Amino acid sequence: MIEKRQIIPVWFFVGLLLQVYGVLILASGLAHWSHPPGGVELSNLHAPVWWGALLIVLGVIYCAKYYPRGET
Amino acid sequence: MAMMAVGAPTTLVHLSGVDLLIIAIYFLLVLGIGFYLKKFAKTGEDFFLAGREMTAWVAGLAFVSANLGSLELLGWAGNAYQYGIMAAHWYWIGAIPAMVFLGLVMMPFYYISKTHSVPGYLKLRYGTEASALSAVTFAFMTILMSGVNMYAMAVVMEVVLGWSLHFSIIVSSLTVGVYVAAGGLFSAIFNEVLQFFLIWFGALLIPILGLVETGGWSGMVARIHHNFPGQDFTHMWGPMSSASHNPMGVHWIAIVFGLGASVSMGYWTTDFLVVQRVLSARDVRSAKLAPIIGSFFKMAVPLIVILPGLLGRAVLPFHLVPANVAQPGQFKFDDVLPLMLARYCGPGLLGLGITALIAGFMAGMAGNVSAFATVWTYDIYRPYMRKDAPDAHYVSMGRWSTIIGLFVSIGTAYLVQYNKSMMDYVQALFGFFIAPLFGTVVLGMLWKRVSRMGGFWGLLAGVLTSITVFLLMKFDPSWVKVFAFSPLAQPLAQAMWQALWASVTCVVVTVLVTLVTKPKPDEELKGLVYALTEVPREEHASWLHRPVIWGVAALAILVVLQIIFW
Repeated sequence: MIEKRQIIPVWFFVGLLLQVYGVLILASGLAHWSHPPGGVELSNLHAPVWWGALLIVLGVIYCAKYYPRGET
Repeated sequence: MAMMAVGAPTTLVHLSGVDLLIIAIYFLLVLGIGFYLKKFAKTGEDFFLAGREMTAWVAGLAFVSANLGSLELLGWAGNAYQYGIMAAHWYWIGAIPAMVFLGLVMMPFYYISKTHSVPGYLKLRYGTEASALSAVTFAFMTILMSGVNMYAMAVVMEVVLGWSLHFSIIVSSLTVGVYVAAGGLFSAIFNEVLQFFLIWFGALLIPILGLVETGGWSGMVARIHHNFPGQDFTHMWGPMSSASHNPMGVHWIAIVFGLGASVSMGYWTTDFLVVQRVLSARDVRSAKLAPIIGSFFKMAVPLIVILPGLLGRAVLPFHLVPANVAQPGQFKFDDVLPLMLARYCGPGLLGLGITALIAGFMAGMAGNVSAFATVWTYDIYRPYMRKDAPDAHYVSMGRWSTIIGLFVSIGTAYLVQYNKSMMDYVQALFGFFIAPLFGTVVLGMLWKRVSRMGGFWGLLAGVLTSITVFLLMKFDPSWVKVFAFSPLAQPLAQAMWQALWASVTCVVVTVLVTLVTKPKPDEELKGLVYALTEVPREEHASWLHRPVIWGVAALAILVVLQIIFW
């Protein structure tokens, strides 16, 4: 029988990545709020802001649920 | 617009600082995960099958992600632009029944036999002849495909971002080499799950914003009809009553029997690259559930691949053209996804989308080299070169074969650069073995009478038929009418007929040879064929945990989708 190992769940890494990307995308969206980048269609909808916020929320949920609790 | 104007020979998109930072973070994370997982990949079971301890969800996502590479994303978005929603057949009837069949019927045999690979199963079921044929061809094709993936990524990065070919090849192969050699299948699976999320979050904004711009599905259809009057791009089955009624030149028989029953069954149930992900599941129930979980996500992929292609028809102010006639300044069908990404995504979101494409390419390479390392080590090196070495020796061989496999891939990538037509041949070569292999494996699982020589000669005859039909149609178009029943059949339609002929030949030859040769004794077939194996049932599990319930649900949704888009 293989000994049960404490590998950090892949979902934790997913959450980490979503959070970091969410912060960067949200910050970029806020920075361009008043002067959206030229050539991007529907920039008035400020997609980076709400998409970045969504990534942060999902990232926090994944990280909290799958945070490595240490050896048991 | 961020994309270039027609006539300006620069790149499709321009990245800002935040986009580059997003890409850099991805590379750092995958390398970090590779080094972290190295300490867990100690035994052969760890390195080649991720310790067989993945949950159904992880194995299922890795299973579907192994096929969600960037070549597929760009290619099928381009096909959707070219052929319309008919391209979704490759995601629906061309995947879902096969995934459910793998989960409910075939997976228990792969899992119970404790094989490390599909050639490994063939060795147990038929013996060395069929196994060796399958292992050698698979190892050879896999490594060539890895090179093709590498070259394709370098070309896309050159066209989309202006990166040099050498830079892309070196950076991607170094990264993949380090993380797969360190963590084996653990690393490959972890990165496939990350890639799955990246692709969805990187591409999902395209259909959302595209439908907002067009005013929903009906608005998009109206725009397509306005831009391309008299052509039908939004129906799946209606235009297939005759090959002359659709741009693919395909009849529904080729889609149902060629794609649904031959190519798709062959790919999803016997291509070791995808099956290896499910073999990493922690128990039989998880192994049965994994492909079924994958099937639900697979059904949703047209949202981020096919719909952007259709939206391209509706909103792009210029027409895309086939790659072989594209002039400087013109965009090709396969450019539709990056073009749509650039249309809706500014700084940050663009970086996420490009990272998703890079992740898809690298996962494609990683999938190929990890499958190559397993088949090389367990199905070629161990049985034919060094039989009784300690487990650590095979792990070490797995690591070295990963590195050597990547070097061969780099060589292939440069070879393809100097001989472009080789790319088509390598992709065609891969298809030669897929359809007949399904016939061999499934007959072996379901019929205990099939003999050792029946399996071998059936597989060989199927492969030779596939090659012959391909070459005849390629070099003498008059054969297209013979094999595809219409001179209008395009290469995609021809491939479906080719697979159908190969499957039929494989089955017929296998049955005929079996009837005149000696069957294997029952004792040697326990755990390998249906009649002699006690397949674990889930009678005591709640209905929510029964694979068969979810399999039926997946098939029911598939039927509803066909009716909606008929």
